[in-house]
Amino acid sequence: MAMSQPLIACHDCDLLHQVKALPPKCTARCTRCGALLYVHAPDTLDRTLAIAITGLVLMLLANIYPFLSLESQGTILETTLITGVIILSQQSPLGLAILVLLTSMLVPCMFLFALLYTLGSMKIGKSLPARKRLFRIALTLRPWSMTEVFLLGILVSVVKLSKLASIIPGTALFAFLALVFVLAAINTTLDPHVIWEKMDP
Amino acid sequence: MTLSSDGLNKGTAAAHGLYNCHICGLLVRRPKIPASHVHCPRCGGRLHLRKPNSISRTWACVIAAMIFYIPANLLPVTVTTYLGRSQADTIMSGVIYFMKSGSWGIAGIIFVASIVVPIAKLMVLSGLMFSVQRRSRWRPLERAHLYRLTETIGRWSMLDVFVVTVLVALVRLGYLSTIEAGPGVVYFAAVVVLTMIAAMTFDPRLIWDALEKNDESITD
Ligand SMILES: [Zn+2]
Ligand SMILES: [Zn+2]
Repeated sequence: MAMSQPLIACHDCDLLHQVKALPPKCTARCTRCGALLYVHAPDTLDRTLAIAITGLVLMLLANIYPFLSLESQGTILETTLITGVIILSQQSPLGLAILVLLTSMLVPCMFLFALLYTLGSMKIGKSLPARKRLFRIALTLRPWSMTEVFLLGILVSVVKLSKLASIIPGTALFAFLALVFVLAAINTTLDPHVIWEKMDP
Repeated sequence: MTLSSDGLNKGTAAAHGLYNCHICGLLVRRPKIPASHVHCPRCGGRLHLRKPNSISRTWACVIAAMIFYIPANLLPVTVTTYLGRSQADTIMSGVIYFMKSGSWGIAGIIFVASIVVPIAKLMVLSGLMFSVQRRSRWRPLERAHLYRLTETIGRWSMLDVFVVTVLVALVRLGYLSTIEAGPGVVYFAAVVVLTMIAAMTFDPRLIWDALEKNDESITD
């Protein structure tokens, strides 16, 4: 039923293309609509696995340490990454707090964990249960990971409050900043086509 | 780098009776006997030639987002209490605050992310839907680029929701004042989520299918 993969169809316009080996740092684009077909990602398994582990460590650090502190009239109010979600859940419908929790923390976390599980199982050569399903979920969830937008939100809030009080950045903020870069790096290291082919030759 | 067209790549996957798995990209031949649920043999995802009910689902999301956009802009997103006095701020009054305080860059960012992007996205998606329903052959490449743009920038509209989240965490307990989330932010979040789902349910291949019809009749 399935065809061997010398051909690839464009995700955006369905046009068939021949798959060719790409020179380094090149991407293949659709000849008709210009959509991205595939990327040149050498050692995609090892590199993405290393980045996923880094990302999970950063996510842990971002949740342990203080995130932002506000100093006003000699008193310091310390917050963590999750504080905003907790306060929001008290003031607004629960759905809003859940949405913020998902897009800023849970989805990136689940994405990184699914990568670790799937790629890790391939690395050790063991076919762990449900690894395909987890990888599928990771790829589906990806658009809902919005750490970079959250980071811009922090910047805007700090500018807004800077005239009223002094804001002290905490360790977690730097961990979160690094996490944004790590998640962006996955775009260049992860080639899902190669991973799928390795999982099911 | 761009791939060049060879003799081998002729036409679309659908024209060759192939499903293009939307998750893993495997090309799967369509079964001779039509089955209601075909699953990808590699990743297990559901296979469709085109996204199911793309047009009606996208319209439903776009229209719902348009309705929610009104309370999102009229209702306050934050309520600031200072020395017993409350001040409600909408998205637009937040932009004006930054403009008055001289933070033009921030004012611009919020204006683009919260006002320009959602409106542009709803307009572009509506336009694309009209063009696809009329099977328009007008400038498919430009329409494809517009679609990809809405898909990429849509997420940045969440900015205001995150700003409110950080503000309510930092400004409380009456140190200088208290900021609480207003009802507007809930509607605004709904607009962002709905427009993102709308962009996901829209099938850009429909733009090209209108051009494909004649090609098919020639080759088949
Ligand atoms: Zn294409
Ligand atoms: Zn598949």
